[in-house]
Amino acid sequence: MADFEVGRHLHRFPGGLRLRHHKQIACRDPLTRPELPRALYLPLKQHQGPVGEVLVEPGAQVRKGQPLSRATSDREVPVHAPTSGTVTMVRRWPVSWPPGSEADCLVLEPDGEENWCERIPLADWRRAEPQALIEHVRAAGLAGLGGAMFPTAAKLRGDWKRVHTLILNGSECEPYISCDEMLMRERPVAIVEGGLILARALGAERVVIAIEDQMGAVSRSLGRALAAHDPEDRCRVVAVTTIYPEGGEKQLIQVLTGAEVPHDGLPQDLGVACLNVGTAAAARDAVIDGTPLIERIVTVSGPGIEHPRNLITLLGTPVHELLQAAGGVQGDIDRLVLGGPMSGLPLASDRIPVTKGSNCILVLRRQDVAREQPVMPCINCGECVRVCPASLLPQELYKYIEAGNHEQAESLNLYDCIECGCCAHVCPSHIPLVDWYRHGKGVLRERGIEDARAQNARQRFEAREKRITEEKEQRRRKREQRERKLKSGGDAKSEVQAAIERARAKSGRQNRPGKTGETDEGGEQ
Amino acid sequence: MSATLGAILTAVGVLLALLLAIGLVLLFSARRWKPDEGSVVEQINAILPQTQCGQCDYPGCRPYAEAIANGEADINQCPPGGEEGVRALADLLGREPKPLDASHGETKPPMVAVIDEDRCIGCKLCIQACPVDAIVGAPKMMHTVIAEECTGCELCLPPCPVDCIDLVPRRQPFIWPIAGKPDTARGADDSDRRARAHG
Repeated sequence: MADFEVGRHLHRFPGGLRLRHHKQIACRDPLTRPELPRALYLPLKQHQGPVGEVLVEPGAQVRKGQPLSRATSDREVPVHAPTSGTVTMVRRWPVSWPPGSEADCLVLEPDGEENWCERIPLADWRRAEPQALIEHVRAAGLAGLGGAMFPTAAKLRGDWKRVHTLILNGSECEPYISCDEMLMRERPVAIVEGGLILARALGAERVVIAIEDQMGAVSRSLGRALAAHDPEDRCRVVAVTTIYPEGGEKQLIQVLTGAEVPHDGLPQDLGVACLNVGTAAAARDAVIDGTPLIERIVTVSGPGIEHPRNLITLLGTPVHELLQAAGGVQGDIDRLVLGGPMSGLPLASDRIPVTKGSNCILVLRRQDVAREQPVMPCINCGECVRVCPASLLPQELYKYIEAGNHEQAESLNLYDCIECGCCAHVCPSHIPLVDWYRHGKGVLRERGIEDARAQNARQRFEAREKRITEEKEQRRRKREQRERKLKSGGDAKSEVQAAIERARAKSGRQNRPGKTGETDEGGEQ
Repeated sequence: MSATLGAILTAVGVLLALLLAIGLVLLFSARRWKPDEGSVVEQINAILPQTQCGQCDYPGCRPYAEAIANGEADINQCPPGGEEGVRALADLLGREPKPLDASHGETKPPMVAVIDEDRCIGCKLCIQACPVDAIVGAPKMMHTVIAEECTGCELCLPPCPVDCIDLVPRRQPFIWPIAGKPDTARGADDSDRRARAHG
């Protein structure tokens, strides 16, 4: 039926790197669940956007799937209890972002009963209203599982008349990460159904599932699922060439459509929307089973782990429990990385809990990490320009930010940098380019906040000045009125006389029981 | 001979007339399109940090901006703006930058006022002193600071009869540090006025 414009021809995005895959090592074993951890640490903020109100008090007994925080808008995402047990407290606990920081986490001690709360599936989702689907997704606490943790409901909402194709991103381009690959192998039907649900919520007719050309098993399993569960033939599987970072949203869209997402626009402007395959499976669970987002697949891999594998992990599980479930670490461990080797974040602690966006825990030994090299001056070789997938000028951006000329860096579209790390990877001078871009973005963001604050203070100051002048003016007018009245002859005099009479009468009445002299004296003085 | 003289006189006359005409045009245009006093004040005010602290000896940022525009005040009297603010003003007004006048105070990291609510007696004096209406409360009731609106100007400190207001550092957004450059952490970047003020 529908002609598949998106993905019929594959295009190329500029730059990028061909990297060694390293994915197979974690795909040898099927998905498994680690043992129930002793305690789960649930950060209230597991998404981009404000945090909702907490619904439980310390000591509360909660059931599996019960919402622990409220969300009043699409940008707030609720957190649910991953298992039944007792919420013992809210405490500061290490989290992955910002690096080295702590945040308020709900501590949940499981009781091992796995007592589910009442689940409300959406009957007959194939004919459900899009708004009802979005509402289900929102209540289930979905935030982009690809890593960016953007609230899914906020992405779906909006009157997207023009969105014709939903792209499900299954091309996790970074080495080692294989959680999406395992998900597509083991739950292909969930992805197809989830894709159709999300497409219905968006009003899109077609679904394109983008996988890497090296995922043979995935292609077969998805093919079987499509044959059985896509009667209207609305889904396609497209294998894209594995070049890092083709799994980036903008890059994938460029590969599939040949068009670039505008600098100040959204994928929706091109008639497409892009969601992670994991998000699709979670949407399916939310709508068809009524289960909120309480677990995700996490790859635990790297040369420093005994049995690399993919684990179905409850949100809030501390990283060290995962390492244990994967056979423990081996060798001289240098660092833990959340995410892939190219754009991942080093973890400051192994107590940091898994959140909705945690796709991979990478364990690197000392010999796997590039030796610290002294940073040399930029030699203008242009390698970074050649590999930049966003067609930026990395060396220029770096020079402007280093010189503190952040405005100039902004005018060279610093915000379009996706922090993929290609430029830093190829830099012969070993300049930590991505660090500089993150730093520059932070400074610009802070300046924006400061400017808004100053603007606000100015307005409030001026409003106050205006109010004070008006009050003064009012008082002056009243006084003048009074004075005019007093000066305007007999009328005023009689009024004064009347006032005096009134006062006398009053004091006379009051003083009748005695003490007359005192008050009268006081009055006269 | 006389023809030559005539030619010279003509030339001189023409040049003089030309000079006069150009002069008149310039004079007229200078009067007609003179720089808008208001817009200069606006531009200066846009550079000032809007703390409204009065450390410059004027009752707020806009009055100080007006004073600079009128030539009454110097450009180095604003401690919250810091050296970077002085430089921006110098750039705008085409003057030489100069060091901050220490007699007006020194640049501090951004602060926010906090009222110790147990000690507050509800006297309203701080509410009257706040230049941005960032304190709420009623007579004999507890007062509190709207942290989002507070500029950290310290004007509420002196009027408080029970000394229950403290200034605490404002929470700053995270800024990615550069390895091996400790001054880049928390945005302590040399070229950045506000970042540096945060220290």
